[in-house]
Amino acid sequence: MSAPHDLPRWADVGLIPLINLLAALVVSGIVVAFIGENPIEAMMVMIKGAFVYKGSLGYTLYYATNFIFTGLAVAVAFHAMLFNIGGEGQAYLGGLGAGLVCLMFDSVLPAIVLLPLAIIAAAGLGAVWGAVPGYLQAKRGSHIVITTIMFNFLGASIMVWLLAGALKAPGQMSPETRVFSDNATLPFIHEIANAIGWEVARSPLNLSFVVALLACVGVWVLIWRSRLGYAIRATGHSAKAAEYAGISVSRVLIITMAISGGLAGMMAINEILGVQHRIVLNFTSGYGFTGIAVALMGRNHPVGIILASLLFGALYQGGAELDFEFSTITREMVLLIQGLIILFSGGLAYMFNKPLARLLAMILRGKRQTEAQHG
Amino acid sequence: MAQPNEKPSGETSLPLAIDLSNINKRFGDVHANKDVSLQVVSGHIHGIIGENGAGKSTLVSILYGFYTADSGSIKINGVATPIVNSADAIARGIGMVHQHFMLVPNFTVLENVMLGHEGGLRIDVAAQNARQTLEKLSADFGLDVDLDMIIEDLPVGLQQRVEILKALFRGAEILILDEPTGVLTPQETERLFDVLRALREQGVTVLLITHKLKEIMAITDDVSVMRAGQMVAHRKTFETSPPELAELMVGRKVVLKVDHSPASPGGDVLVVADLCLNSPGSAGALKDISFTLRAGEIVGIAGVSGNGQSELLDVLSGITPPSRGGFYIDGRYISRKTPANPAILRDLGVAHVPEDRHKRGIVLPFSAAESIILGYSAASDEGEGWWLSPETLDTHCRRLMQDFDIRPPNPKLVSGNFSGGNQQKIVLAREISAQPRLLLVGQPTRGVDIGAIEFIHKQLIALRYAGCAILVVSVELDEIMSLSDRILVMNNGQLVGGLTRDEADERRLGLMMAGIGADDHSIWASR
Amino acid sequence: MVDLWLQFLLTLDATCRVATPLILCAMAGIFSEKSGVIDISLEGKMLMSAFAAATVASLTSSALAGLIVAIGISVLLGLLHGLASVTLRGNQVISGLAINILASGLTVTVGIAIFQQGGQTPTLERDERFRPVELPLAEQIGNFPVVGTIYKEVISGHNILVWTAFATVIVTAIVLTKTRFGLRLRAVGEKPEALDSAGVSVAKTRYFALIIAGVLCGIAGAYLSTAHGSGFVREMTAGKGYIALAAMIFGKWQPRGALLACLLFGFLEAVASRLQGVQLPLIGAAPVDLILALPYLLTVILLAGFVGKAMPPRAIGEPYIKER
Repeated sequence: MSAPHDLPRWADVGLIPLINLLAALVVSGIVVAFIGENPIEAMMVMIKGAFVYKGSLGYTLYYATNFIFTGLAVAVAFHAMLFNIGGEGQAYLGGLGAGLVCLMFDSVLPAIVLLPLAIIAAAGLGAVWGAVPGYLQAKRGSHIVITTIMFNFLGASIMVWLLAGALKAPGQMSPETRVFSDNATLPFIHEIANAIGWEVARSPLNLSFVVALLACVGVWVLIWRSRLGYAIRATGHSAKAAEYAGISVSRVLIITMAISGGLAGMMAINEILGVQHRIVLNFTSGYGFTGIAVALMGRNHPVGIILASLLFGALYQGGAELDFEFSTITREMVLLIQGLIILFSGGLAYMFNKPLARLLAMILRGKRQTEAQHG
Repeated sequence: MAQPNEKPSGETSLPLAIDLSNINKRFGDVHANKDVSLQVVSGHIHGIIGENGAGKSTLVSILYGFYTADSGSIKINGVATPIVNSADAIARGIGMVHQHFMLVPNFTVLENVMLGHEGGLRIDVAAQNARQTLEKLSADFGLDVDLDMIIEDLPVGLQQRVEILKALFRGAEILILDEPTGVLTPQETERLFDVLRALREQGVTVLLITHKLKEIMAITDDVSVMRAGQMVAHRKTFETSPPELAELMVGRKVVLKVDHSPASPGGDVLVVADLCLNSPGSAGALKDISFTLRAGEIVGIAGVSGNGQSELLDVLSGITPPSRGGFYIDGRYISRKTPANPAILRDLGVAHVPEDRHKRGIVLPFSAAESIILGYSAASDEGEGWWLSPETLDTHCRRLMQDFDIRPPNPKLVSGNFSGGNQQKIVLAREISAQPRLLLVGQPTRGVDIGAIEFIHKQLIALRYAGCAILVVSVELDEIMSLSDRILVMNNGQLVGGLTRDEADERRLGLMMAGIGADDHSIWASR
Repeated sequence: MVDLWLQFLLTLDATCRVATPLILCAMAGIFSEKSGVIDISLEGKMLMSAFAAATVASLTSSALAGLIVAIGISVLLGLLHGLASVTLRGNQVISGLAINILASGLTVTVGIAIFQQGGQTPTLERDERFRPVELPLAEQIGNFPVVGTIYKEVISGHNILVWTAFATVIVTAIVLTKTRFGLRLRAVGEKPEALDSAGVSVAKTRYFALIIAGVLCGIAGAYLSTAHGSGFVREMTAGKGYIALAAMIFGKWQPRGALLACLLFGFLEAVASRLQGVQLPLIGAAPVDLILALPYLLTVILLAGFVGKAMPPRAIGEPYIKER
């Protein structure tokens, strides 16, 4: 997406995201100070909450699982120059897919069949919710940003309607389905670890994390090692060149959005199959939007996305800790940091580039001069 | 005053409208203007000539405040004037007709002319005043145009007229025209020149930027020559000659003659039959095109750009399906009902060097190794099935880089970082190495330096000897005439005539390009 | 029959009230997008200014002070969007999105810090809000059939911001078609280089448009928390900014069309809230959620070109880069 010119690659990939993060933290720190708390102290609380306390790492990784999926979703679409901000809706619908499979078959199918089926359903429905805006962009010229925004709201309306109606558990007041039976749940990591005699604290971290890491490998292979990935990147950089090459641009756009939506949909397996074990209202809680921040920080590369997801996982988990420790700071602080990160690494992406490039050039020149003097 | 370049020849006694000295402008590593000085006599038509990329457009953009010079000084009518934006330029009486028109497509002519010079907060009042002024201007200079037409509904010739009107309306006494004839027929060009002469009569100074010698000789009083970002010569037009200017432009004597023994064509490779293409909005982009191209011959398509040549290439390469009629490739019929996309046509042996290298020919952010398989990534020797192997791509790219002398020979280098000539070689290497039956070439040497031009022409001739059928589309008549065995001329979406290599000369082609004096169709089209 | 007529009028009355923030934001969107800057930050600007208005009104006991600060905050966010999308040539969608998320986080965080009420402001008193104004003669002619009842039930009895919203539409239309700024605004969104070569600054024109958009979103936000509601509630805009965006597109970037779309969407919302829990013949419980989703669905259908074509300004979303 962003193509900074003058910076060496290592600086663009490594330094710039760090500077953006720092800028976001500094501004957030100012807000914290304004509220009357100590920013450094708040920072320490977050770090402890995210990594140090018993089970906190598990929580951090559990959040990171969501962000890996939604971050990958945004990144794949970015490679085709599509801005998918519909991850929220796609994940929501993905939850519907996984949930429906579980509700229908959890009494008849064994876990080994049911879970893969549920995962496929999650990806499938997410893919549909991504592919339709993709189709509308490719064939009808509707702006993907607007359409995916609308699809977020449409998805939410459908889910509210279903959860308050047809899918509501009998005898229940709250808008959610019945709890699935045990064979429809992904095992927790602490359960697996304990089973092999490894002492791990309880956390919502479950097998979805492994699926997320596999998805990262899959996306890397797709984008940089497959013909489809070549077509996606060619289309993204120059639709005219793709057309010239005999690549069907509209087909690539639709497929890309389907893959993107599928990845977002898979976020639901972490929440629905891994933790909630039923479909609940608003289980996506903005993770789809966080995916945008993750993809931006991670420079649309799976490795970057894993790192950025860890960061955001830590922010979310640490943010929850803020709630406990301070009466005046809530986890909405995390939204603020997230908004700032998106702002600095997206909207204001070029703000630090030029000064940094100049600074680097100066340092390099200085080094060369010193070398010349010595040589 | 020390002049790093050749001393301008304009007499100091005449009043100068424009006096630029030692202008410098860099874009990153490119030194687009290097110590450029220019003196333009008031009331003259002054030409600046140079090859593409010589720095002409940069220079006039600086003069018009579009770019800011890194150093150097500008004097307008003898007064030193900093020009940092277009508003400054306009205030100094400078008007400009850009190569790409600066018109709002969904505005009326009147709105476009008024824009930025409304003269008040309410535009209805301003419109009335503007209308009166414009009607007078139109009458004075023969610039008729309906003020209430929407710009996008006007032909380009008229749009250009609006641009001139716009400049005059803003009180321009110095008018810059950047490559104004690129989109015009020879006849429209004549009309434009009449207007320019009328402007000179009224005391307007005209600065004409072009790469066409003919235009310089036809209309200018003085001429300055630019090469590689520098001003290399100033002449009075009547004291110079086309050969001298050409030599100054390229820096040495140009012999654009390629070894070209008569063709010995084989069987028909491409047979185009009543091909039509409807373009959205207008009547038709291509109308009943029929011709035949045989193995081992080069057919050139001449025409003013925008007369359907691009569309023809798009259809023949499979990018756009024809609306009616069709064409045969080695007997296989391609039409609306039996369409073929570019991938299928490549399998049939059709290779295509596209007109727009940056948009179609390569993917600028791709590595050379990735760009050099564009369109061929389905070919079997680049890996099997679904996957791409970087090692195979690398080897393949290295081999082609060696065969076609592509520099630097680094497969990992980003395509956009190669020079224009080497980018074009990447495209040619890819297309020629596919050993095509038919090669479609659009603007083979656009934006390419002289050395690469010769290389590219030699490659095309060699391919002809190897029995490939080649269709060359170019707006450079010289190129068409030196490469082609036969020349077809397009005008307004139709083939209006054809000449053999020996019959062709610039005058006859020029008339045909304007759509008049077409020869008998049947003889050349079916030969 | 009379009762049904009254029900209908009350729904129209509610439509006006619900449509007010939509109209203001849609006009804001027109200014911004006509200038070539995509503005999905309508939502965030409105949320921030709703918070600012309620906070200041509560602290100063003046609704007007709240309105002024709300406008100021919203304009600042507009300038931030301008910095990102005009000056730094960043991605406009991302910038807008960032502002929305920022607003969600900041309103709650600062709200808790000031009022310790879980992100809400205290309920505003009478004087801290914009009160409905009865138009003259409303009571006297209110019983007059048709015209009288419409006057009393639909037109009269709104607060000043509702009428402001409707007036804004007229002003927007005049500015766009009849003024110098309007001409330049339309030009800069279609072909910025044309404006630049005419000697007018592209950046200034776009910033000016974003400031106007900020003012309008500020009024919309203040309306939500200090006129329509009586205090700020977290996430109180609830997607209204996006609905306004949809309405603007639905109205094909024209003031009149956008107004009609806002009224349609407002009407749907008013109907939905009237139908909440109502049993309809044949259907059963009214599908309120689906009615509320109609604006989004209609916009998707329109954008897909199934009912006429919505053409955005040509240069929208593209940062203007002069030097190559």
